Amino acid sequence: MRTADAAIADLEVMPLRELNAAFHAPDVAAIAPVWRVKNPHGAHALACGVDAPIAIDIDGHVGYYCAGMNQQATVHIHGNAGTGVAENMASGTVIVDGDASQSAGASGLGGLLHVRGSAAARCGISMKGIDVVVRGDVGHLAAFMGQAGTLIVCGDAGEGLGDSLYEARLFVRGRVASLGADCIEKPLREGDRATLAALLERCGEHGVDPADFRRYGSARRLYHFHVDHAGAY
Amino acid sequence: MCGIVGLFLKDRRLEPDLGRYLVPMLTSMAARGPDSAGVAVYGPPAAATVKITLARRTPEATFDAVAALAGETAHGAPVVRGDHAVFAIDAAAADEILARIRAELPAFDVTAAGNRIEIYKDVGTPAEVAGKLDLVAVGGTHAIGHTRMATESAVTVNGAHPFSTGRDQCLVHNGSLSNHHSLRRRLAHDGVRFATDNDSEVAAAYLSRQMANGRDLRGALEAALADLDGFYTFVVGTERGFAVLRDPVACKPAVMAETDAYVAFGSEYRALAALPGIAAARVWEPAPATVYVWEHAA
Amino acid sequence: MASSRGSALPPVFSATFDEFSLAEIRRAAATGVYDIRGMGAKRRLPHFDDLLLLGASISRYPLEGYREKCDTRVTIGARFASKPIELAIPITIAGMSFGALSAQAKEALGRGASAMGTSTTTGDGGMTAEERRHSTQLVYQVLPSRYGLNADDLRRADAIEIVVGQGAKPGGGGMLLGQKIDERVAAMRTLPAGIDQRSACRHPDWTGPDDLAIKILELREITDWRTPIYVKVGASRPYYDTALAAKSGADAVVIDGMQGGTAATQTTFIENVGLPTIAAIRPAVAALEELGLYRTVQLIVSGGIRSGADVAKALALGADAVSIGTAALVALGDNDPAYEAEYAALGTTAGAYDAWHEGRDPAGITTQDPELAARLDPVAAGKRLANYLSVLTLETQALARACGKSHVNHLEPEDLVALTVEAAAMARVPLAGTDWIPGNPAMARGDA
Repeated sequence: MRTADAAIADLEVMPLRELNAAFHAPDVAAIAPVWRVKNPHGAHALACGVDAPIAIDIDGHVGYYCAGMNQQATVHIHGNAGTGVAENMASGTVIVDGDASQSAGASGLGGLLHVRGSAAARCGISMKGIDVVVRGDVGHLAAFMGQAGTLIVCGDAGEGLGDSLYEARLFVRGRVASLGADCIEKPLREGDRATLAALLERCGEHGVDPADFRRYGSARRLYHFHVDHAGAY
Repeated sequence: MCGIVGLFLKDRRLEPDLGRYLVPMLTSMAARGPDSAGVAVYGPPAAATVKITLARRTPEATFDAVAALAGETAHGAPVVRGDHAVFAIDAAAADEILARIRAELPAFDVTAAGNRIEIYKDVGTPAEVAGKLDLVAVGGTHAIGHTRMATESAVTVNGAHPFSTGRDQCLVHNGSLSNHHSLRRRLAHDGVRFATDNDSEVAAAYLSRQMANGRDLRGALEAALADLDGFYTFVVGTERGFAVLRDPVACKPAVMAETDAYVAFGSEYRALAALPGIAAARVWEPAPATVYVWEHAA
Repeated sequence: MASSRGSALPPVFSATFDEFSLAEIRRAAATGVYDIRGMGAKRRLPHFDDLLLLGASISRYPLEGYREKCDTRVTIGARFASKPIELAIPITIAGMSFGALSAQAKEALGRGASAMGTSTTTGDGGMTAEERRHSTQLVYQVLPSRYGLNADDLRRADAIEIVVGQGAKPGGGGMLLGQKIDERVAAMRTLPAGIDQRSACRHPDWTGPDDLAIKILELREITDWRTPIYVKVGASRPYYDTALAAKSGADAVVIDGMQGGTAATQTTFIENVGLPTIAAIRPAVAALEELGLYRTVQLIVSGGIRSGADVAKALALGADAVSIGTAALVALGDNDPAYEAEYAALGTTAGAYDAWHEGRDPAGITTQDPELAARLDPVAAGKRLANYLSVLTLETQALARACGKSHVNHLEPEDLVALTVEAAAMARVPLAGTDWIPGNPAMARGDA
């Protein structure tokens, strides 16, 4: 991507609608591939529905659904993110320097979400292919009903990790408060170590050894209803 | 349903500006709660005094009737804000005066009673309510605010939060309780009287009852975790500070910010964005099923 | 030895422990698993049959057919969206997933609906290319599971429907059993083939109307405020739900009564949760009227709509449009007696076949089996649906004209009376021949 001067958007003077419309312009990658957004002040739905290989830096904390349904763009939040950051993202990269609130990466289809702080409850809920890397901790019910994709937690995980899990792969380095229904620990294989190494490297998370992680996945007992497992429902 | 805001001033020099900070917090939560808004403000203590905050139900009702009833027990004239008035009366006479107001003056709702608390609430957007009350001019040590989107009960002044069910106590709630009818019946059986059919009033009354039975605020909130079912973020106001509790599932939002000068609460970060020094504040989210209390020394 | 009661009395069955209850208890004891089926509530419930329209008389004059127009057009979603949905008729096709239905069935629904100038709706599984190609107006559902949800399809949709719940199971999540999760369905839903699909009952990234408002904002921003956004709820607390959906920023509210169908859920859920459709409409309308949003926010009603009479009565109670699901499938050929031998082999009979979750539908509609699905010719079936929609429309117009209406949306509650006390109370119309409307609506809302 060619370097270019950043287009500056100040949300204290520019309406959100105008900024998002600019991000959605068909030729945005040619006209303004680099953006700096100032004074977000917790605004919701900022940089959602972007579908272009542009870079967006946001100086401050954002509200809900920042970079929701992101495609191709790199969105870097220099602050905290509210509920549902990068929800249903299909491609591209979203970086949160601070903490992410609930449901980070919810139903994400692809791309990479990197949270440098901690994420709250339901991180990676319903994930469908997204890669989520969290430097800190995650709250309860991380990867609830996770179908596909990879969740890497360098810190601790709260209660009910991987509850009702399908095929998403979970790696946690710290303590897991408890495992959810049908989620079990699985051996860490050579291929898993390679996956971990590649994603951690991509996120610049140095000094973290893949061998320190434990892998969690579905026991697959809920794949076909059986009365003996009725208690898990 | 709702937006909640709260502000606890650690730096006493900010006390005259409490309202100035609170109003933008409240108006930023208008989208979460367009129907009605309310605030509880805690002012300086006064010896042997109980302040009673009243809201008149119709614009024609005048506070003279209350003044007449209070008579000699009142310390000076009431302070009037919009459709509200605060009467300071002798603490020893408070129970009787309150009973008489409830029995003889149906044109007025008692929104709060206590040594330091005042509660103002009204229908309308937060900006309309704040304007009517001239809230920017209010001072105090701590305050809680609420913007309401009514869910299963009517939009009335009475139905607005904060709910006060004990002296200097109040509660605001974002969420929906699922067993409040049963709790209400149990409390009513124990003699508690309710002004509304609102689930949040039940939560407030539950906590007041726990504290009347000897639990402290922390203990009452811990009991609530077991007895209250549903989704909630509560902010509870007390004479000396406030408390925060989220239910274990924690679907309703909560954001806090702390500096040397204050501890602040908002349903969304947007509510905190205009506070002084917010850029350098510690911003974090309270954990589920965990009681948090901030209080000034007595 | 003969019983002491002798032969003087015939055997007496219990109304409580009737043959169905007994059979269900035996089934539960044998299997240890709850019964699952498709369709909506089957038991007798107060319904549109218990309401009658008052026709023209000396005080009210009818309109002639043909020459004197009775308009059926309705616009959905103009509140906030720059491209609302323009329907030629006030009857749409409700959300049913590819997965629950075969691709041929989805194509047939699209063809039939488009021929009549109305919309179809995706279901709990996402948008297929066939459906987008064959539906001139396609409503795209956003469900708790988020199966198949993606931004590209969102932008291709003509409207978005955020599903909070459906009439068959308010509070329940979706369900699709392994036998219907073939490779294509599985790929769309990001699931392994052949496993039972569990669906969440709450959305993953919002709970409550205050956060729904922010979700709606996000979807509007992603679609640049072009696309109408509906909110669909199962009939449960329609007064509050409609008010909250409107306050959260919806363009339209869809209310689905308990007669509304499903591809599969627990029978106990279908029969015991929710409200009959005729009980859900007046409260929803009242909520909109009190907010000053009636007709600004449109109300779409579904759950057991079968005939033009049902359509007319739903419109008279205040709906802007209705939606059909089960009826559309029957029009395509579901439960057709022509397949009686195969229904018998499945242990059932035409008209009672509801094991849609098993995916062995002889009509090729609620199945993924390629041989069975091939039995449905999408073009012919689409024509059948168009025929049926035509008849529904003509019937609705005939009834509306008889009530003196030049637009079907001019039908009003005062055009209705009830045959039973229950229907009168639920629909808030007088018992026929009387002025009596039982019940106190204010008390029901807890205002007292």
